[in-house]
Amino acid sequence: MVISDAVRSAIDAEIAKYPEKRGALLAALHLVQREHGWIAPETAKAIAEIFEIRAIEVMEVVTFYNMFLDRPQGRHQVRVCTNLPCSLRGARELVHTLEQHLGVEAGETTPDGRIHLGHEECLGACAWAPMMRIDDTYYENLDAEQAKKILDSLK
Amino acid sequence: MQKAPFITSYLTEHTADDAFATLAGYRAHGGYEAARRALTQMSPEQVVELLKDAGLQGRGGAGFSTGMKWSFMPKDSDKPKYLVCNADESEPGSFKDRLLLERAPHQMLEGILIGAFATGADKTFVYVRGEYAHPANVLQRALDECYAAGIFGANCLGTDLRHDVVVTRGAGAYICGEETGLLESLEGKKGQPRKKPPFPAQFGAFGMPTTVNNVETFSHVPHVVAKGADWFRGFGTEKSPGTTIFGVSGHVKRPGLYELPLGTRLDEIVFEHAGGPPDGRKVKGVIPGGMSMPILPASQLDVPMANEFLRERKTMLGTGGVMVMHDATCMVRVGCIITYFFRDESCGQCTQCREGTGWLHKIMQRIERGAGSPADLDLLLDVASKMEGQTICAFADAAAWPVQGLLRHFREDFEEHVKQGKCPFPESFEL
Repeated sequence: MVISDAVRSAIDAEIAKYPEKRGALLAALHLVQREHGWIAPETAKAIAEIFEIRAIEVMEVVTFYNMFLDRPQGRHQVRVCTNLPCSLRGARELVHTLEQHLGVEAGETTPDGRIHLGHEECLGACAWAPMMRIDDTYYENLDAEQAKKILDSLK
Repeated sequence: MQKAPFITSYLTEHTADDAFATLAGYRAHGGYEAARRALTQMSPEQVVELLKDAGLQGRGGAGFSTGMKWSFMPKDSDKPKYLVCNADESEPGSFKDRLLLERAPHQMLEGILIGAFATGADKTFVYVRGEYAHPANVLQRALDECYAAGIFGANCLGTDLRHDVVVTRGAGAYICGEETGLLESLEGKKGQPRKKPPFPAQFGAFGMPTTVNNVETFSHVPHVVAKGADWFRGFGTEKSPGTTIFGVSGHVKRPGLYELPLGTRLDEIVFEHAGGPPDGRKVKGVIPGGMSMPILPASQLDVPMANEFLRERKTMLGTGGVMVMHDATCMVRVGCIITYFFRDESCGQCTQCREGTGWLHKIMQRIERGAGSPADLDLLLDVASKMEGQTICAFADAAAWPVQGLLRHFREDFEEHVKQGKCPFPESFEL
């Protein structure tokens, strides 16, 4: 997959903000992932060329950070926080409910490629637990029915 | 997310008002007047002295004097100098910086501008955790307003000061909250902490002199400059002045944010403000300052929330994230969650941490399953003691301390698991 001209110019705008080119690598990976859904090996190579580093250095970064995906994982990333404050308020039960509802286990993608369900560590919403992040949006103070409805509304 | 804490003070007085996140709304409450005063009527040294006199301590967990930190920036260097705002809030139980970013971005930006003047920094990088997409967007909008109004850029507030601010997004790694892990991440690398020395003031972001402060720390600065050191010292304790925003979570009737003076008693926060546990339950234990800080049992909640008092109880204020657990809670399950987190988030470069966090979690799970032996309790402490103080950064300590805290105060929970060969808390939260 090639990097589009629009993303390429957005990457250049990010690079201009840093004293060294590589400072914009995380920003570039966010931009590319938004366009492609994940960071494929050939995409990593294209990014490496822009940043004048080796592809393996790009992959080191991709695999270090939880939010970067080194394989396709469905159209929507659904992450239920299961850290302590959320677990104290029913987050684990919520994960089990959503697993049953979607027919997949946490860590898996629905067969139609719509949803990847997963756990996540503390998202800074501890008082409004249980909660989940879907892509860039937080859903807080959830109960099972609400959460199922939200998942059903995802295209 | 609440728009304002249940109890507000100077930091959060206006956060309920949507307009406060805009430049016009912020200016309606005197916004950027403190920065104007600093830039036009004070010297950088006077600003640093004022912060030292006020006794403002970093609110990101370590509690170091902000004025001292700023004074470490070299004055005669011809290299570029940088400020970094640590908005990588990811300590479990902490969610105050999110409020300040979403509801009061200009207050933090004004603190940054004053910090830029005081330290002579050329540029600030605000490193926002990747998951905080909305707070990062709100902040970027506020920053765009500042550039349009000449607050940042070539002539900040019409003066000779040039300062630029860049919003950087992380991508999901707890370790990037550690300041040198953050610097590595800012440079587009894996967030693996650096050996110190050299300290960031000499060799920081991109190898240049750098000062790192937390979101809340910067947010206090305009208030100190506007109202003075004596006013600031009117809040809190002698050694820990000012307010902070406590985040209360877990088993309480009113979980949420509370801006209170440092030194407010923990039992006052848990029972009077947050309403104590629901359903007639009793408190069993409270983690006072984010997950890295050792737990306190119900009998020790009469402690003022300031480091000079918390240290006597072998714990610390950390990020002020107060997690409450009621009497049906299994403390071994709590230990399983804590050790899982640290195992998952260890950056892997130091053996003691990479291996130690894994072993702590394995042993903890073995005990929870009912397969533990009496020797496992001391084995946990043995592993923890071999992690503490042995690694490049404080992450291994942060993983060891909560385990030590659980065994210090709830050893009988562990012993019962071993004795009964199963978890004796059927009503505890699910794992």
